[in-house]
Amino acid sequence: MSGARAAILAGIRRGLKRGALSGDARAELESRLAGPPVGPVPDRSRANHALPIDLFESMAAEVAATLERLPDSEAVPGAVARYLKANNLPAALRLAPADDLQALPWDSEPLLSVEAGPADPGDQVSVTGAFAGIAETGTLMLLSGPAGPTTLNFLPDNHIVVLRASDVVGPYEAAWERLRARNGRGSLPRTVNFITGPSRTADIEQTIQLGAHGPRRLHILLIDDRDESAS
Amino acid sequence: MRSTAHAFTENAKRAVEDPQLKRAMGHVRKGFIEKRAKARARLPEFEALRDAGREIKDHTLAHLDFYLEHYEKTLTAAGGRLHWCATAEEARAAILEICRQAGARTVTKGKSMIGEEIAINDHLEANGITPVETDLGEYIIQLRREPPSHIIAPAVHLTKDLVEADFRAHHKQLPEGRSLSEPAELVAEARQVLRQRYLEAEVGITGANFLVAETGSSVIVTNEGNGDLTQCLPKVHIVVASIEKLVPTLEDLNVLLRVLARSATGQEMSTYTTLSTGPRRPGDPDGPEAYHVVLLDNGRSAMIGSEFHEALRCIRCGACMNHCPVYHAIGGHAYGWVYPGPIGSVLNPGLIGIEEAHHLPNASTFCGRCESVCPMRIPLPRMMRHWREKEFERHLTPASVRTGLTLWAALARRPRLYQALTRIGSALLGRLGKRGRFESLPLAGGWTRFRDMPAPEGPTFQSLWAEQRGTPGGTSGGKR
Repeated sequence: MSGARAAILAGIRRGLKRGALSGDARAELESRLAGPPVGPVPDRSRANHALPIDLFESMAAEVAATLERLPDSEAVPGAVARYLKANNLPAALRLAPADDLQALPWDSEPLLSVEAGPADPGDQVSVTGAFAGIAETGTLMLLSGPAGPTTLNFLPDNHIVVLRASDVVGPYEAAWERLRARNGRGSLPRTVNFITGPSRTADIEQTIQLGAHGPRRLHILLIDDRDESAS
Repeated sequence: MRSTAHAFTENAKRAVEDPQLKRAMGHVRKGFIEKRAKARARLPEFEALRDAGREIKDHTLAHLDFYLEHYEKTLTAAGGRLHWCATAEEARAAILEICRQAGARTVTKGKSMIGEEIAINDHLEANGITPVETDLGEYIIQLRREPPSHIIAPAVHLTKDLVEADFRAHHKQLPEGRSLSEPAELVAEARQVLRQRYLEAEVGITGANFLVAETGSSVIVTNEGNGDLTQCLPKVHIVVASIEKLVPTLEDLNVLLRVLARSATGQEMSTYTTLSTGPRRPGDPDGPEAYHVVLLDNGRSAMIGSEFHEALRCIRCGACMNHCPVYHAIGGHAYGWVYPGPIGSVLNPGLIGIEEAHHLPNASTFCGRCESVCPMRIPLPRMMRHWREKEFERHLTPASVRTGLTLWAALARRPRLYQALTRIGSALLGRLGKRGRFESLPLAGGWTRFRDMPAPEGPTFQSLWAEQRGTPGGTSGGKR
């Protein structure tokens, strides 16, 4: 459909009363792409405004996510086991195949069955990491990749996310900055998921119901690693 | 979707007489307006973000050719395939071809207004492929074989009793005696029924709220998670999007995301915002093996540089219809084509022709609420006025209206005569009205059939104005 391509571009240029851009005009746009202006950033999300983890916690609670603070990552398996029991869930979970998650002391919970990999339709519980937490709106940012199957974020009824306090940032801008530091500018993983609370719908008479297609529950384990990272 | 926009007058008449619709529309009036107002009050930067968003969209549209070519480059580098489609027909053909090559029998779909615009479901069905809508509202209206009545809440015209009846009629495999009277039970049932369809589908089709030139990504914003299951489970992911969805960079996306959910549902952020960039990468344990973007023009490039250029800034939040008194009264179906409400009254004539859609720009009281809440500050009333002019120029206006307007114009150009006649007329009517009202009035049957016409009280505005200007310093309050 190269005919369509030419026709669409020509139509746009006709409307703009000019030909294809070149020279300075083009260079200007290239430089905007490389260093775009930053729009208004909500004051509430600025790191020095308050501790970003406090804002993160209150915003996540507003959207019906639950959150437990843990002193260190060693405490994760115990917290997961307790959560499953408290919610009457089977003691089985699908774990994201990430090194740091797999290295946790799961043996300390011998009754818990832990399997790593992408989600199976029968899985009821997934445990994943998060690339960042964004305090501005209580949003989690998860990336696809060998250590992050996307299906874990949507298929199981219960999604447990392990988030380090040192990965909680203020505004969206700060999260993109971190990703660019890792991937370079202009290059993203196959999937970037921003997740703000559990799945919901208001399609029937405007009443909000949780668990429309994605997880009914979103539970965040926030690891307080700030001292370790500061040293 | 087949247009019934030409029959707007009859559609609207039927709609206002529908008690069920009236009940359902009550939820729109209350829910959306209050929620948006709260979200706006909570974010002091909201108005500044609207300005920034408008500038981003204006900048993008002014360089749309450049950004589309850049997007093509980044998308292709990420392993995606771009299909340029000038018309709905080309887009349908491109999608069908991809589905055939994937050997598709079932296609799951996330919500897409472009999908409605090109009527993709009918086309797939006619070619032996079963499309399954997965957004709850879209699923319900697909069962009912109805088009959406709202761009973000497609089943907003329905009450839960109707949904229950539809589920009972279509989900015959489930026990008859089950309880289905609560929204929670309806949601759970749809979840259960659709689970299987996600897993069966060979192809998943989603729309896009945005396309990002910098990274070659498509962005969907949802609350249910259906769009994500639609795109991460099947082998092939097709995105259908129109050319004006483009934004230059992730920074620009941040600005638009901050106003989108707040304007639409009053949420700080929708539950799921997902950026998809190409197919599954080496080492990825899941995700689609192929990623296609079907990029549609369908009349949009012709709007660039026209008096309707600014309508292309629309980010489809639905705030204009949520705040529109006409939409509240008649619902979305009466508009007769894909986009209802004020934005539909501006877009539809451009996309399907003023001959077909000439009634729609008249479906407004020009109260201006739509423009006042539009996050992209689109001058919707001004554009409806432009369409009304075109309607008049092309002689699409009914003869009675034309004659009336011609008479009025003749009078209005003779101020003295006009003033004299209105003075006499209003004095006469003021005396004739019983208890200040008319139950019927010649030439005003269209009004008095439904409600009383108030009789004029006191002198005309013109004479009040003249009187006031005559009094020194009397401009600030008139006579009380």
